[in-house]
Amino acid sequence: MAVRVQREDFDVGVEYRAVVGDDPGIGAAVSFVGLVRDVAGGDRVSAMTLEHYPGMTEKQLATIEAEAHRRWPLSRSVIIHRYGRLLPRDQIVLVITASQHRQAAFEACSFLMDWLKTQAPFWKLEETPDGARWVEAKAGDTAAAARWSTG
Amino acid sequence: MRLLYFAWLRSKIGVSEEEVDPPASVATVGDLVAWLKTRGPHYADALAHDSVVKVAVNQTYAKRDAPLARGDEVALFPPVTGG
Repeated sequence: MAVRVQREDFDVGVEYRAVVGDDPGIGAAVSFVGLVRDVAGGDRVSAMTLEHYPGMTEKQLATIEAEAHRRWPLSRSVIIHRYGRLLPRDQIVLVITASQHRQAAFEACSFLMDWLKTQAPFWKLEETPDGARWVEAKAGDTAAAARWSTG
Repeated sequence: MRLLYFAWLRSKIGVSEEEVDPPASVATVGDLVAWLKTRGPHYADALAHDSVVKVAVNQTYAKRDAPLARGDEVALFPPVTGG
């Protein structure tokens, strides 16, 4: 289990190899990468700044990761989330889950992203031709997280 | 008590953090939000729709009826939008 909150970019290949490591019991690894889009709500986005709550962010991510390990038989996992100013096509977030079988890895990865989006204290400020604006939380994200609540 | 503000709450209130000494009647998170609203137009504006405002006490999400102690770190912020 590992959580990192960082300004720097990450290398998916390096992280994948670190998660799978030398564990011959891992039969499935699922990775998700979230990227900065150049369009939001019909407007061009030239950049995005991610603010977070240092301290609470790491705590929340570790809690969410521990919950995934409680619910699924995961061998290993990693969550990396960036902050600071990012440009379209930049990587924002990486989640990798590894397990004996694919179903646990797929489900845990999906769960981690859904919970992260509604629980981890990050906020996005988009730069558009009309100026900067804070991204509003989406009802769809709350609904996606809620589907795991019966666990 | 140390208060932290994030995202548009920080922009509207105008500071990212401050030390406050609320009156003894402020016993819960809900009391604190109500008291903050009385501290000036920036606060009243930022907290006008206070039902959307999330609160964390000592870096853990807290409901409006959660009790507060003098040394707490209390953060107020909008719904999160990471990922």
